[in-house]
Order: sequence, then C-alpha cells, then structure tokens
Amino acid sequence: MYNEKVIEYFVHPRNAGVLVDADGIGEAGSPACGDEMKVYLKIENDVIVDVKFQTYGCASAIASSSMATEMIKGKTIQEALSVTNKDVINALGGLPAPKIHCSVLAEQTIKRAILDYAKKHNITIEGIDSKILEDDVHDHGHDEE
Amino acid sequence: MEKKRIYMDYAATTPIKKEVVDAMMPYLTEHFGNPSSVHGFGRDVKKVIDESRDKIAKAVNAKPEEIFFTGGGSESDNMAIKGIAFAYKDKGNHIITSKIEHHAVLHTCEYLEKNHGFEVTYLDVDKDGIISLEELRAAIKDNTVLITIMQANNEIGTVQPVKEIAQIASEKGVFFHTDAVQALGNIEIDVKDLGVDLMSFTAHKIYGPKGIGALYMRKGIKLHPLIHGGSQERKKRAGTENVAGIVAFAKAVELATKDVAGHAKEQSQLRDHLIDSVLSRIPYARLNGHRQKRLPGNANFCFEFIEGEAILLSLDLLGVAASSGSACTSGSLDPSHVLMALGLPHEIAHGSLRLTIGDMTTKEDIDFVVDNLEKIVVRLRELSPLYDKFVREESQHV
Repeated sequence: MYNEKVIEYFVHPRNAGVLVDADGIGEAGSPACGDEMKVYLKIENDVIVDVKFQTYGCASAIASSSMATEMIKGKTIQEALSVTNKDVINALGGLPAPKIHCSVLAEQTIKRAILDYAKKHNITIEGIDSKILEDDVHDHGHDEE
Repeated sequence: MEKKRIYMDYAATTPIKKEVVDAMMPYLTEHFGNPSSVHGFGRDVKKVIDESRDKIAKAVNAKPEEIFFTGGGSESDNMAIKGIAFAYKDKGNHIITSKIEHHAVLHTCEYLEKNHGFEVTYLDVDKDGIISLEELRAAIKDNTVLITIMQANNEIGTVQPVKEIAQIASEKGVFFHTDAVQALGNIEIDVKDLGVDLMSFTAHKIYGPKGIGALYMRKGIKLHPLIHGGSQERKKRAGTENVAGIVAFAKAVELATKDVAGHAKEQSQLRDHLIDSVLSRIPYARLNGHRQKRLPGNANFCFEFIEGEAILLSLDLLGVAASSGSACTSGSLDPSHVLMALGLPHEIAHGSLRLTIGDMTTKEDIDFVVDNLEKIVVRLRELSPLYDKFVREESQHV
C-alpha cells in the first residue's frame, strides 16, 4: 500500500517532537477522525529556523507531517506558505488515494502555525488569514454527540 | 538472517492443512467427473460428495439432508436470510439482528430493508459485546419472521447465548439463523441441542480452502433459492458442485471437531497469556469483548492515544500479521461498527488491534509480539500530541 519512502518517514520521522519556545503553533484534525497534527515553528527574520511536529494518526499522517516539516525548514514564511499538499505527496513519491487527506492536513497544520505566529506578533502575512482556521479539511461528518 | 514471520490473523483466514490438501488433490486431478453426469466418472464423485455431507452433518449433529454446500460463509448468510425472507414473506416482513454482525448479515438485512420492504431491528450489545435476551424478546413482533444473530463475533470474539436465543425464537414461532463461521472448530456445535434453525459455516477459517462453505437448515423449512439453474443441492443452490472443495471441507471439519474441548483449552491458555501480558505491560490498553465469553483464539485491544493502522504497519514491518478495526485500515472514515457498538468513543476505537491465535502459534511468538508491541506503542505515543497533552495534564494533577 505504501511506498518505501512513506515507510521510511513513518519509521524514522524527521523533526518529531516539541519546540518549547515555539513562535507559532498550529493544530488540525481531531481525535474522533483518527488523526490530529500539531506543528511548532521557530521563526527568525522571517525564516523558519526550526520546526517540530507531533502526529496522532496512521503511517501516512505521520509521514506526511514529517515530510512537510522537512520541506519548510530553512525556508522563508512565504516559501513555506507555497508548499502544498501536492508537493508533500510528490516528495513522498505518492500516497494511496484514501490517504491524500493526510497531506492536506499537514499543509493546513503548517498554515495554522504560521497564522498563529502572525497573530502573536501582530503582523499581517500575505496569503493567509483567519479563514484557514475555519476550513476544516478533516470534517468527516461524524455523528458526534 | 531471515526475518521472523508470525501470523496472528487466523480469524481472517487459516492455512490449509496438509491432510486437507492430500484429501482434495485426487478430486482436482484423476477424479474430475461432473457429479451430475450419469457415467462412472460422475458417479465416483457424486458418491464422495454424499460421504462428505455425512461427515459434516455428523460433526454438528445434523442430518445429511440438512447440509447444503455453498461458496462460503457470506453466501451461506445470504442464502439463509434472503432465502427465509423471500420464502416466508407472507408470514411477516420483520427481521431481528444485532449491531455487531458480519457485513454479510448486516448488508443483506439492509438490502432487504431498502429493496424489498422489510423492517429490520438492530439490537444493541452491552459494553462486552453481548446482546440482551430481554431486549430480543421485546423486539419480537407478530410479523417477525427471522432472528439472525451470530454465534461468535469475528472482530472481538464475543460468544452469544445462542441456545437461549433459539429457545426464545422457538417459543415465538420465529426462525433463528446464526452465523457460526468463527465458532466452528472453536466451540462444540450441536445444532439439535442448540435448537437453531439455520447455521452458516465456511472452510477457510478451519484450515480448509477458500470458496467452500455450508448452510445447515433444519428439515422441514422452506428456502427460496438465490441461484437458479440445475437441481444441485436439492434445488436450493444450482451449479456444478465444488467437489475438491467439498472433500477438503469435510476433512477440515473432521480435523477441527476431533477434540474441540482440548483445542479450546490449549488456545485459551495462549490467549490468556497474550491478554494478561498486554494488559499488564502496556498502560492505557483495554481488552474489547467479554473477558471469558470469547473465542479461545481471539484477543482484541484498544491502545489509547495512538491509531490502529500505525500499530498494524509497525507489526507488519517486523513480520507480524495482525488486523485492526481502525478506519484507516478499511479506507472508511469511521472505526469498525463492532467497536462503535460497544460504546467506545471514536478516538479509542481508532486505536484497535486484533490478534488471533491458531494452530501454529507458540508462546514464544506471543512473547515476541508483546515485546515489540510494547515498543511500538511507546514509539507511537512519543509522536502523539494526544498522549503529550494527557501526560501534561496528569503531571499538573500530581
């Protein structure tokens, strides 16, 4: 089902962990849906100097978040914002169709972390606004009580 | 060094035993006649079908004419449910089943609901996965025609009070079908003593081949056939018989029912060792299904804060084959309907793992699996924001 690269990133995820002094934190997904991601950013002079993630979910969710964080490390905020879920899928060498949503979740988590950074520092970043917090790509329509 | 491979997914399927292969081989090669043919080639194999039917009937205390060969468990379930529903539609259009049935039963009931005007009651189960006899009794109506409740659950191994259900059905004049696909060979089955009207079996769960099963149907019951054509299986299931499969099935039944009690005792000891090891060594693990009223070889767990497919894949990378009711495994969005019926919250049901024990399983295998499972759970929890949050909250409470 998964290619070797996805397995590699699942077994040996890069950037796993927590940044205690993060400048921006993003969360997406929900435990009820079976996957939740959290991304921590350390930003200096508009550049993401460090990034960590935590993921509750399947192999694809863990690999997607790990790859996405690797892709934005060392990049400027604008460069990071341009990383899409398709880029994550390509970098992983492909994901099975039912697992595409994991890459979308990774993209969204990063955007939320950048938005959190913008809010905390009271700055405006082009191409990102609070709408990202409203769009829950992971709303599976569970009948939750 | 060759990687260790451990199979712990016997509830999905079993390997075919050598004795079974040996028994079926001649019917794939030299004895190839069509049993419907009048000539000697045909007569030879017709005879062996009858002998096989006798063996299977004897193993479950049925009469040979009460055993109908099918293409497997799902077909047996379909044949029983639709067969009764269509044959007795003048008597009533209400069916009772449970929320934890196999999809072969649930989807068949849903089909009858959507396409043929049947009304279906889906009984709840308690937190251990057992139906309530009182609720069953209360659900029976004047137009109830069939109760279909499995003998043993394929995911959580829970064993239902089938004899008591049959008693209630009999008192109310309602037919009772039970899916015994997981039960055969694991629990003593005596159809007369249990009092069931119809019972489904399959060969590939008891070290026989895939694609052959049987339906027990008490003599005197009418059944609307699903497959029309020739007059095979007394016009209940047309089609040239799967002779080699039938012979193999009979051999598999013979082997599986030789010493059910001894086999169950042996497997229960291994299962209990597995359950005790997991629950004592891995925190925030829970057993799904009743602790005692379960199949000898079934252990089903949930591990909080992590997701089942990730556990399954981690085990697979070590050569261990298991199963999960995780939504991510099935490609659906919700976790298994069985785990949901137990009342588990979504986030816990997502972290499920089924380990099923069979004839090849050893204590060493179980210890290897538990040792590695412990490490896998630790690793995945280290990655999990849910576990991190839980630990932080716990530390604040201390």
